[in-house]
Amino acid sequence: MEENFIDLLKEVFEIDEVKFEDTFRDYETWDSLTNISLIAMLDDEYEIIIDTKDFSNIITVRELYEEVIKRKA
Amino acid sequence: MKELFRLEDKKILITGASAGIGRSIASNCAKVGAKVSVTARNKVRLHETLKLMQQNDDHSMHIADLGDEEDIISLAKDLPELDGIVLNAGIVKTVPVKFIKKDTLEDIFKANIYGSILLVKHLLKLKKVKNNCSICFISSVASNKMTLGNSLYSATKGAVNSFTRSLALELASKQIRVNAILPGMVETDILKDSAISQENLNSHLKNYPIGRFGKPEDIAYLAIYMLSDASAFMTGSLVTIDGGYSIK
Repeated sequence: MEENFIDLLKEVFEIDEVKFEDTFRDYETWDSLTNISLIAMLDDEYEIIIDTKDFSNIITVRELYEEVIKRKA
Repeated sequence: MKELFRLEDKKILITGASAGIGRSIASNCAKVGAKVSVTARNKVRLHETLKLMQQNDDHSMHIADLGDEEDIISLAKDLPELDGIVLNAGIVKTVPVKFIKKDTLEDIFKANIYGSILLVKHLLKLKKVKNNCSICFISSVASNKMTLGNSLYSATKGAVNSFTRSLALELASKQIRVNAILPGMVETDILKDSAISQENLNSHLKNYPIGRFGKPEDIAYLAIYMLSDASAFMTGSLVTIDGGYSIK
């Protein structure tokens, strides 16, 4: 699950390395399209929709992962 | 003059009538005298629409999944001969091209165009489309104005536009008119199921010169015009109604 999540983020952001401590909005490829891609991926792979307010409080890859786990539980 | 804009005793079918634009078209058509048949998948919500129109017993509801041709055929058989048809059923899906899956592609095309085409086909075959009938598709400005991540939705609405014009040509000799409404953003529940956030919506509002998004009834009033005898000379038209969004 963890590995799969990291792979999905690599695909969304088109980068080779994603670590749990990363602040994903600092990625060079972060823009409105990758933002939409991330939301579409979470909906598609995990069937979760995170609203903007909650999403803005999520800073790191780990926090995003934990949010996914929490909502899937 | 006033009678021109009424739908007195006209039998009108509205698809996707369980919420939003479809529901508003149904209740407003009833207000101006139409005998309305509403269809959708969700029985509870469709019944809510029917309750909005309870000023007489002339209306009817039909549960059908337009993604299923058997459902479409039995719906077409159940319906009376129609004076007007509003093809409104549809879904929104925001997904960048790289993440499109075949299932998603099929789902959105089935919901937004296949179902409407097959329904029209079966209604024609069963002779349920009266001469002088008005057929009205609900398309979208998204067929012309592109926004990130909405390629599939835009593609389905582009297909709706082309089908509208082609069908108009095919049916003109019977005085059957076919037009499409291209709304801009309308505040309905369809947005709740998409990845569009409130923040995105607020910033998108700046693109609307008239200073607000559409309301379902804004679209319903145009649909009533298209269904009424007032628009007898209009066919094959794609009419934008978007608070000025596409001016810019």
